[in-house]
Amino acid sequence: MDLTVLWFWIVAFLFVGYFVLDGFDFGIGMSLPFLGKDDTDRRVLINTIGPVWDLNETWVIVAGAALFAAFPEWYATLFSGFYLALLLILLALIARGVSFEYRHQRPESRWKKWFDGMIVVGSAVPALLWGVAFANIVQGVPLDADHNYTGTLFDLLNPYALLGGLTTLLLFFTHGVVFASLKTEGDLRERARRLATKSGLITIVVAASFLLWTGLAFGTFWFWILAAVAAVALIGGWLANLRGAEGVAFTLLAVTVAAAVLALFASLFPDVMPASNDAANSLTIVNASSTTYTLTVMSWVAVFCLPLVLLYQGWTYWVFRKRVSRASIEAAAH
Amino acid sequence: MNELLDPLLLARWQFGLTTVYHFLFVPITIGLATSTAVFQTAWYRTGKLEYLKITKFFGTIFLINFAMGVVTGIVQEFQFGMNWSEYSRFVGDVFGAPLAMEGLLAFFFEATFIGLWIFGWDKLPRGLHLATIWCTAIGSIVSAYFIIAANAFMQNPVGYEMNAERGRAELVDIGALLANPVALAAFPHTIAASFMVASGLIISAAAWHLARNQHLDSMRPALKFGLWVMVGSGILTTLFGDQLSLAMVATQPMKMAAAEAMYDTACGADASFSLFTLGTPDGTSELFSIRVPYLLSLLSTHTFDGCVEGINDLQLQYQELYGPGDYTPIIWVTYWSFRWMIGLGLLHVLVAVVGLWLTRKGRMPKQAWVWKVAIWSFPLSLAAMIVGWIFTEMGRQPWIVFSLLPTESAVSPNVTGLDVLISLVAFTLIYGILAVVEVRLIIRAIKKGPPELGEPDPETGRVEPASTVY
Repeated sequence: MDLTVLWFWIVAFLFVGYFVLDGFDFGIGMSLPFLGKDDTDRRVLINTIGPVWDLNETWVIVAGAALFAAFPEWYATLFSGFYLALLLILLALIARGVSFEYRHQRPESRWKKWFDGMIVVGSAVPALLWGVAFANIVQGVPLDADHNYTGTLFDLLNPYALLGGLTTLLLFFTHGVVFASLKTEGDLRERARRLATKSGLITIVVAASFLLWTGLAFGTFWFWILAAVAAVALIGGWLANLRGAEGVAFTLLAVTVAAAVLALFASLFPDVMPASNDAANSLTIVNASSTTYTLTVMSWVAVFCLPLVLLYQGWTYWVFRKRVSRASIEAAAH
Repeated sequence: MNELLDPLLLARWQFGLTTVYHFLFVPITIGLATSTAVFQTAWYRTGKLEYLKITKFFGTIFLINFAMGVVTGIVQEFQFGMNWSEYSRFVGDVFGAPLAMEGLLAFFFEATFIGLWIFGWDKLPRGLHLATIWCTAIGSIVSAYFIIAANAFMQNPVGYEMNAERGRAELVDIGALLANPVALAAFPHTIAASFMVASGLIISAAAWHLARNQHLDSMRPALKFGLWVMVGSGILTTLFGDQLSLAMVATQPMKMAAAEAMYDTACGADASFSLFTLGTPDGTSELFSIRVPYLLSLLSTHTFDGCVEGINDLQLQYQELYGPGDYTPIIWVTYWSFRWMIGLGLLHVLVAVVGLWLTRKGRMPKQAWVWKVAIWSFPLSLAAMIVGWIFTEMGRQPWIVFSLLPTESAVSPNVTGLDVLISLVAFTLIYGILAVVEVRLIIRAIKKGPPELGEPDPETGRVEPASTVY
């Protein structure tokens, strides 16, 4: 197989890993004002992702590094072009990450409120902006002959991209709320399930319009197949949640996120960043990639590492499989 | 106004700020993860509760620090592309590989096992739980190797060929890239220095309690451990630093000359090490200095009669090689950062040796000043490490990749001065606020002291430590 094709899909896989995993972390963060009636509730919610948010977030670091190593031109164009959008994502991720760690260090409610706010904003901003960024990549952005982005931040905030952002925001929210129902007990679990039913309906409408728009404008054969998988999984997940099959609902929503992200990559291929002004300026898997030598070295590393990574991360999820109870939180000091 | 909005200058300030800031947390993570693993191993092997207390105590401080290391690390990864897109295009084929390897091999590993350690106290068997902190420590050290190998390419490019058509450096030998002589010397130097920082923290925290005659059971062994690690890692840092100097003279003679503010080539006794120099404001000649004869020759060549090239000669050579331009780093920065690194580093070894003497055979010094000095170990050893990095990065200037790419050609052409000003102000604000919160939390955690452990289980006679709850 051509290694540039392989690496296109390895990059896609890493972003799938990131959005499937950190997506529901964002959802948990955003759900605090909806589900967290008191401090104990909010702590229960945060502790459902306590042991795993860091490893989930690591997927974006590895995805970024893989992009840098395998497609330096893509990395350079994307990151310099979407400068202010990425700055907002970075600031949000910083705020969210330290808040998980700092929130429980002091007992005062003012202190906790402050970090709760940072968790909510720090989760919502990336959930929205990652969708905006990927929708813009699919749609194409103005690039000059040196592949430099020539637009501004406001060019990125077009209706199609905003719909993409709204889609990821809602999808991650619903995925997180379903995760909450899977990982908590009693009243909180029940409230999470009911909230997922409501937010799931809105998600279905918004995600369907976004996928339809994408398909009609940029669709390829594989896009339609993957988009159909995403749509079926989303509806199936919603129905499973309705019946209280939390594990099935969570898994199907993970399939939705994965299939939707793969569908976007499928609609791009073999471009990686199409130029909206002049197709000759587009970045493709050929003109954006590293040399065959570098890709060969990296392929060996990836083939060796990724199965191991999946194994030990899967084991971590197994270790922390139990539900988080209010009693266990109340037993711990502040 | 144009001066203020120079994208190159702003991007350099931002990179300097965010990198130095990130690096405050890195050595603590590396050194403290391993130290915590050693404490926990001691508890595992002996069952003595004081070792568990030390583990929990420093584990808490480690966690407060770790979160900051993680979130500021993402910025590092993103800003090569954000602010230095021309650099990314030029070196991505070479430089991206060690970064991606770091992520796949080390960072995933570290991030997964730290979660298992923090929340796994009551969920994993003891031996397995102990293994998770060791995995975290090993992950952080392996991670450092790849990052330093990537950095070493910027100092001393190896394992690549230039592709003129695509205008970029391309990897041809991954073995050479990973076995870069600069990386082989810089890695052990950096790791040993990280242990100096971590032991500095341990000494400071233990001293705070011992000065108040409290928590003696756990803080005395912690102090002893910290002092021995400081002496051992201080000696190793010096030895590997010496190796790094040799590699630097061989690959970046201008950096050594700039470290010494040595304008003219000198041999033998004239190749002296200056303890203090005042130069002319334009930085081309010196006015006054205090010097140790032969020392620079010894450092640079390991002989008494070696020659060390001066800035002015190197500047002429470089102009012939690379065309007209100024190839001199900012001399006062390299000169003073080099001295502060060595001075503060050696001071800490001295402090630790004196500390070991004063606490020999279980003695506890009564004089207040002894403890005051000890409490400063942490901030000052961290400062030594930071000025070391400032030296090595500023000494590379005006190159971003030595001899291949000038820094001014590496900046993103489409990111405006205003964009960078916005991000620089944003990072400065959020990092500033978080620094205050972070320092207060660490001081608070230190003052709180080691946790009280619950009563031993009546059946097994063992204490079951609780996991952290967010």
